[in-house]
Amino acid sequence: MKRREFLASSLATVAAASTARAQTSAPIRIGLMAPLTGVAAAGGREIVDGFTMYWSEIKNMAGGRKVEVLVEDDASNPDTALQKARRLVEQTKVDFLAGNLLANTGLAVANYVKGNGVPYFIPVIAANDLTQRARIKNVIRVGGYAASQFSPPLADWALKQGYRRVAMIAQDYTFGHEQCGGFAQTFTEGGGAVVGQFWHPLNTADYSPYLGQVASLKPDIVFAMETGADSTRLVQQYASFGLKGRIPLLGAQNTIDQSVIRTMGPECEGIISAAHFAEGADLPATQAFVKAYAGRYDNKIPSLYGFTHYIGAMWIAKAINAINGRIEDRNLFLDTVLKTDLPESPLGKPVRLDAYGNPVYDVFIRRVMKNKEGKYVNAPIDSYPQVSQFWKYDPETFMKQPPYSRDFQGIKKA
Amino acid sequence: MNNRYALSLGGVGGVLLLLPLALPGYQVSIATQILIFGVLAMSIDVLAGFAGRTSLCHGAIFGAAAYVVLYWTTVMGGDVFVGAALGVTAATALAALFALLAVRTSGVYFLLLTLALGMIVWGVCLRWTGVTGGENGIRGLGRPEAISSHVTFYYVTLAVVAPVTFLMWRFVHSPFGLTLRGIRDSESRMRSLGYNVPLHLFLAFLASGFFAGIAGALYAVFNNYVSPSTVQLTQSVAGLLMAITGGIGTLLGAFVGAGAIIILENTFSAFTARWPIVLGLTFIAIMIFAPEGIVGRFRLLLARRARVSSARKAEIGGLR
Repeated sequence: MKRREFLASSLATVAAASTARAQTSAPIRIGLMAPLTGVAAAGGREIVDGFTMYWSEIKNMAGGRKVEVLVEDDASNPDTALQKARRLVEQTKVDFLAGNLLANTGLAVANYVKGNGVPYFIPVIAANDLTQRARIKNVIRVGGYAASQFSPPLADWALKQGYRRVAMIAQDYTFGHEQCGGFAQTFTEGGGAVVGQFWHPLNTADYSPYLGQVASLKPDIVFAMETGADSTRLVQQYASFGLKGRIPLLGAQNTIDQSVIRTMGPECEGIISAAHFAEGADLPATQAFVKAYAGRYDNKIPSLYGFTHYIGAMWIAKAINAINGRIEDRNLFLDTVLKTDLPESPLGKPVRLDAYGNPVYDVFIRRVMKNKEGKYVNAPIDSYPQVSQFWKYDPETFMKQPPYSRDFQGIKKA
Repeated sequence: MNNRYALSLGGVGGVLLLLPLALPGYQVSIATQILIFGVLAMSIDVLAGFAGRTSLCHGAIFGAAAYVVLYWTTVMGGDVFVGAALGVTAATALAALFALLAVRTSGVYFLLLTLALGMIVWGVCLRWTGVTGGENGIRGLGRPEAISSHVTFYYVTLAVVAPVTFLMWRFVHSPFGLTLRGIRDSESRMRSLGYNVPLHLFLAFLASGFFAGIAGALYAVFNNYVSPSTVQLTQSVAGLLMAITGGIGTLLGAFVGAGAIIILENTFSAFTARWPIVLGLTFIAIMIFAPEGIVGRFRLLLARRARVSSARKAEIGGLR
């Protein structure tokens, strides 16, 4: 109900503003890039769905101006993403860019907008340094999260359950290194030990070499950081090797995202992860969003991709409203976005951005379980208030340590 | 005939020089990209069209040059022009290494061997995270101020591409180029005539790698970003497809092929997310209706017309 009120009131402001500004101002053009073809195509579709859903909910109007979303396919390829970004900015003349899914596509586009100052919003691109050591002023992670933002609370939760030995399986690239680094650092500083880390290439078909070693290490828990089809395969093989039920499996939010478990059976049940959004949360605001999304897109429960782009759009729209559509003043626009908080998002709790352009959230510890309709969802079992990308560290000190990589995982020597 | 040739060459040159004045900014960057990929496709055509060796590793050689340029300018803090020279050198060295391994094979074995060699480069770029940045690639610092605008960089590219194209044209039409064609048509005959076939192929591969390296260095400065997707197989395939679309063995057809593919990609992707299908269908259509490529087909038509008209002349002469 509250959400509806919010929508109604924002519509009213929009209407008021539009009459005040007459019809002289040109539409706001947003360039949305998403992988509609290539390896990340499934997630790309949900990016477009979530993003456009919010704009159509507010009748494509913000700050008294019409909003046009122009979608381009980045083909899951950074070179294509760069070319599309150039086209959107230089030919289509969009006012700002948003989207992309794979870290390398986002990094390529971020490097491009660094040169020309075009605002770029990245609800999925998690590469730590974009909002840390290599911060670009006009790149803001509305609705998204830094790669190592949610794994420290998960590690802390694991410590509280009495787990002390963790084995980690992760994809061997920056996103994997950063998530594992966040987990490993917090876990070892809290008295835990990392008994083994297994890095495997993307698109691993057979996990038996890793799972065999994991079992022989006798860890208390396993932490898995996977994306896309790798997630599905890992979770299935974890169960078929008989590890499920013997060693609790913890995952990064993407390992067990709705987009992964949507097609899975009981093998995914009980896996624990941490994220700002839990599609199975009992909050009225969350459930209203889940229902609206499912009603719009073939009964699909929203994934993190769809959700982050939905609230990303909400964030941008609120900022545009606050400055009455004057987004041509880029500094004003960016500063306003940074200052904008969302008290009435589907998260049901206020969220804000830190000084580095990354959001601060209440983070849920989630467990995969069946909802009332018998579908698997991530439902909250615990929560950590106000988690920033720096966890409990001082930002300056944190950024002085090297970025997480294969060689640096922040592991405290016992 | 010679006069007409010079005239059309001057015409093309004039169009290329005036192009940026007529096109809006973004299209100029597309034109630049076409020139760069045209050079890559030509370098593949040197081997495929003239020496009869179809390579699937030129994307890797191209990308290696791009990596070296960006590593030099960002990590080492060096100058772009020195970086470009280093990139081309590295590409040539890599080509020399590949050539040593590949020149004794031909046909499908050459194809598979070069494919494997290219995959090694891709694997190294992906896994050697400390140097290449792994999946994230290397992000450049931007072009130097003097060549930062699309238009100036277009002219820079043109100033590099034009002489390089001439050089390649001279290369394949030189006596050495003729020996390559001889090897393509009959290796055993060339051997029995006393030519050192592997040496000739080695030199051709080296030259081809050098040209691919020039394209790669230009691309690094143009794109200001390199990642494993620049060295992966699809890049080699894209270059080869451009050469085939333009016409294998036509050399300059590479530009037509690069232009056709890049423009198609850009046009269709604006309308439909299914643009790869459109592209695929186009290739199939080309293979069925013009297997000799766009320029190759055009040449055939011209030749046929010339034959017909000369036959008619002869007929008229005979009647008298």
